[in-house]
Amino acid sequence: MEFNLTTRSEGDIVIIKTSGYLNNVGGEQIAEACYKEIDDGKKLFLIDLEESKVVNSIGVSILIEIIEKLQDVDGKLGYYNLAPIVEKTFNIMGLTKYSSVFQSESEALEGMS
Amino acid sequence: MTVKTPPKVELTIPIIHDMELAATKTAEVVAKHMELSEDKTAEISMALIEATINAFEHSESKSSNVEIHFVIQGDTLVIKVTDHGKGFDKSAVEIPNIEEKLSSDYKRGWGLQLIQELMDSVEFESTVDGTTVTMTKKK
Repeated sequence: MEFNLTTRSEGDIVIIKTSGYLNNVGGEQIAEACYKEIDDGKKLFLIDLEESKVVNSIGVSILIEIIEKLQDVDGKLGYYNLAPIVEKTFNIMGLTKYSSVFQSESEALEGMS
Repeated sequence: MTVKTPPKVELTIPIIHDMELAATKTAEVVAKHMELSEDKTAEISMALIEATINAFEHSESKSSNVEIHFVIQGDTLVIKVTDHGKGFDKSAVEIPNIEEKLSSDYKRGWGLQLIQELMDSVEFESTVDGTTVTMTKKK
């Protein structure tokens, strides 16, 4: 279950689509992709987790790091296409207090603008 | 009269990165046999990932393996994850919260919290010779 990601932009919003197990390696890859874009002035990020149905708390804790970085630049993080267990994990860990969960890409793009 | 032994699956996995996923594959087969719902199966898998990673990371294990036992007791699945590390004091483990984590350099430490939230019951038995986490999930 090798982790991979692709990055694209929709206007000011950066969309990161992942596939594979979101563990420490996956989390670091997402963070690296986000930080590069933050350095380029981007502030709005969406992560499409449709193909990452298995996560662990180490990978998810790296998303907390990204939220913290985005707070420094007045940015926002959102996710969509989450498996129910991934959404539940995000709820338990409190991520949903400081970032947003959307059901679809269109809802996410609207919610982030 | 003979007493029927509950069905049991025993798994020994090496402490190798991502090997926790081998445990979840077994959990899925056992859960399917018990006809557990998809949501409950996913919760068991997530709790098992966390318990196994904890065993890998925090046990400073003398053995290079973690043992996982799945026991089907009627409509309850009992999972025991055992490492042979130095043990830990559960009362010394702080309950994490996102507000503190956001301002802390240490963002990790969510495993026990997740296990407790996702399973019906969780018990820890820890000595200087190792730790066993016993988790249950009812059908």
